[in-house]
Amino acid sequence: MNTIVAQRSNAFSTASIRTTTMAGRVSGLLRREFRFLHKPLNVWSRLLLLAAAVTIGASLFFPLWKMHLVAPQYSDGLDLYIFPYQIQGGGLNGQHLNEINNLNHYIGMKPLLAADFMEMRWMPFVFGLIILMTLRSVVFGEMSNVVDLFAVYSYFGLFSIGSFWYRLYEYGHSLDPHAPVHIKPFTPMLIGVKQIANFREYSFPQAGAYLLCVSVLLIVLAGWFSRKETFA
Amino acid sequence: MKPTNTLNAIALVVALGFTSCGKQTGTSQAERTANAVASYVAPGEKDEYYLFYSGGHSGQVYVAGIPSLRHITTIPVFAPYPGTGYGFDDESKKMLGDFTWGDVHHPALSQTNSKYDGRWLFVNDNANNRIARIDLHDFKTHQILGPIPNSIGNHGSSFITENSEYILCATRFSVPLPKGRVADPKDYEKEFNGMVSGIKVDPKTGEMRVGWQILTPPFDWDLGSTGKGPSSGWAFWTSYNTEMAHDTLEVNSTQKDRDLAAVVNWRAAENAVAEGKAEMMDGVPIIDPAKVPGVLYFVPIGKSPHGMDVDPTGKWIVAGGKLQPATTVLNFEKVQAAINNKTFEGESRGVPILKYEAVVEGEVPVGLGPLHTQYDGKGNAYTSMFIDSCIVKWKLPPWTDAEKKDLTKVVLDKVPTHFSTGHLVVAGSDTAHPYGKWCVAMNKLSAGRHINVGPSQPESSQLIDITGEKMKMIAESYTEPEPHFAQILKVTDVQPTEVYPKDENKDPNAVWEKAQSGVTRNGNQVDAKVMAIRSRYNPDRIDAQVGDELTVHVTNVEQTRDMIHGFGLIEHNINMVIDPGETKTFHIKLTKPGVFPFYCTNFCSALHQEMQGYLVVWKPGEGPSGASGAVGGTK
Repeated sequence: MNTIVAQRSNAFSTASIRTTTMAGRVSGLLRREFRFLHKPLNVWSRLLLLAAAVTIGASLFFPLWKMHLVAPQYSDGLDLYIFPYQIQGGGLNGQHLNEINNLNHYIGMKPLLAADFMEMRWMPFVFGLIILMTLRSVVFGEMSNVVDLFAVYSYFGLFSIGSFWYRLYEYGHSLDPHAPVHIKPFTPMLIGVKQIANFREYSFPQAGAYLLCVSVLLIVLAGWFSRKETFA
Repeated sequence: MKPTNTLNAIALVVALGFTSCGKQTGTSQAERTANAVASYVAPGEKDEYYLFYSGGHSGQVYVAGIPSLRHITTIPVFAPYPGTGYGFDDESKKMLGDFTWGDVHHPALSQTNSKYDGRWLFVNDNANNRIARIDLHDFKTHQILGPIPNSIGNHGSSFITENSEYILCATRFSVPLPKGRVADPKDYEKEFNGMVSGIKVDPKTGEMRVGWQILTPPFDWDLGSTGKGPSSGWAFWTSYNTEMAHDTLEVNSTQKDRDLAAVVNWRAAENAVAEGKAEMMDGVPIIDPAKVPGVLYFVPIGKSPHGMDVDPTGKWIVAGGKLQPATTVLNFEKVQAAINNKTFEGESRGVPILKYEAVVEGEVPVGLGPLHTQYDGKGNAYTSMFIDSCIVKWKLPPWTDAEKKDLTKVVLDKVPTHFSTGHLVVAGSDTAHPYGKWCVAMNKLSAGRHINVGPSQPESSQLIDITGEKMKMIAESYTEPEPHFAQILKVTDVQPTEVYPKDENKDPNAVWEKAQSGVTRNGNQVDAKVMAIRSRYNPDRIDAQVGDELTVHVTNVEQTRDMIHGFGLIEHNINMVIDPGETKTFHIKLTKPGVFPFYCTNFCSALHQEMQGYLVVWKPGEGPSGASGAVGGTK
């Protein structure tokens, strides 16, 4: 531990050792990283990771996102809930989804059909994979597990948000030119409030998304708490 | 107690014009504002109570809100109503039968333990001897029973028992029975009979059937009510024409100072039928009360009375004297004692007449023309005065000795009404636990109080606040013709559906997807299964030919409230209105060639006007093979 701290301070903080060669610097960095990746996780970190796994699992039971559409004739609003594995309408028997599709046909928007959302078929598997990776970190207790997990999770998270946005763009820009009502192509709001014709759209993350955010925080904290661990 | 004398009657006849309880005093600005606020329901806000009022000879039931008195909807019952497509589709057409009108009188909400349970509303048809059931699940008529055998002039109904076991009915008219038999009206007394009917209600479905009947003399049974508490299992009706006159009833039926009211033990009637003591007539077990004692008793009531209303405790029964200036209060405990001790003053056709003095608690001098009495559950009664044009609030027994000596002391308040109040309703009066709070006076004459609409003048109803010691006239409105009584139900006591859920639609001809819709032919039967959705029909073309029998089933696949579609077929007298999730069917024989547009009659969407299609009726032998071939439509 002391050696590493000393080396770090040598490499980055002490002006007097600027004479070190480039190759030496790189190899030093890799060595430090290698040592960092093989750090053991302490019990607190493992507990945090376990909590993260539970949180990710729990998030599957809650919607990730909700789009709420309000118009004068729909004063109670129409709701669309996005789960990792399905899109669900609000109202009796999920009726709001049919209603939204029904309204959208006037502007020539494609109906939102479960069959069109391929990603929702493999999303639960990705969630499973991430939970497994989290449990792997708990069991093997090495910093590299946390780093792997964080990398895959971040990629998956950013990809999902990007894909979600692309979906919104696609639906709003592939309007049937023969539709009864012509409107300028548009992208529904991802997060925030937007007026679309007579509807005001409110789009915000829901409990599922918040749980995932919590899980990310738990993973980061797990890494943080073991950053100074030494090998047994 | 002294019976009403003829002098009174003469005084009443003189007073049959428009007299009034008193002049309407000008209200101050502060009072006007307070009254306006009391009945004001701001845009977007909702009323606190439903007022279900009968529409008399319009044949319908109307729903208004209280306190706003706004007309909210019409529930068609006995007459076609194109507004909701009632009487145009096969099912409602079949319910209506050959009749296109009815005379709706006394609505009754279903009860459980003498409390409104929010399930059904029953109404009678005085004209064609029918009873209808409206389900409060969807505010629609689901059954019309009748014409009821052996029953003519179904006026004395619909009076529901405390657990909705029966709807009890009594006849206003009498004829030779069974129906279809002819006798000279001169032989009225000998050949004619009236009837009390027990209409059995299925406790789960509300389905009605005729349970049994009790043969009565040809008195004209008027209004009644059912017992509760101590009078549980009993029912009461007033009658006029105990004289059994058959002509010029105005004079000949008003000769006696007292008419005989009926005291019916309906539980005993039910048991008698179960014990096989009834004889069948026109498919109904009939009890002859002369042969089956304990089912029917008479009690004299002055004079030509109208209402006979059991109070919320079930102990007091108040009859409105119509032609005497008093209501008669019967004490049910005394009625029971008189029955047990056989304190009779005679008999009529083998039916004992209870001794008047033995059963009456008092005659309350309420004023001229008392018709109908309601209760607030706090010991007060409210009686409508047809001749005096007012509502009188008075105190029910028990009375103090001083009050008994001078019953004018129990008369607490009068409020003028405009004009000639027939019925009145206090919220929940016929239950054991009235809501109280509001009284609605249903006036027979408006006599020019409204903006002038010509000679056909509307009826008015007035909202009266009964929460205080003094009644307060709050608002008035012009109710559809012609209210003969009403029921008030708290909005929170019922939860109607706003759409028919798809999975509850069991119609075998329902189509929910384009692929299921279409037109098929079988011989000269053409069957179209049409799907209605904003803003189109699938299919929107039906081909057939002259001579075909065309059946069209339309399913409204919407599941959104108020997304209603119509199907009006030009020049064929068809207008169906299909609610979200509903399937309706009509059937017609095609008799004339031509192209007949059909279109959505109930505004649905911005492209409602575009929601249309064509029925192409080819002349035989003409047209594409489709017209007479296998399939006659396009998708």
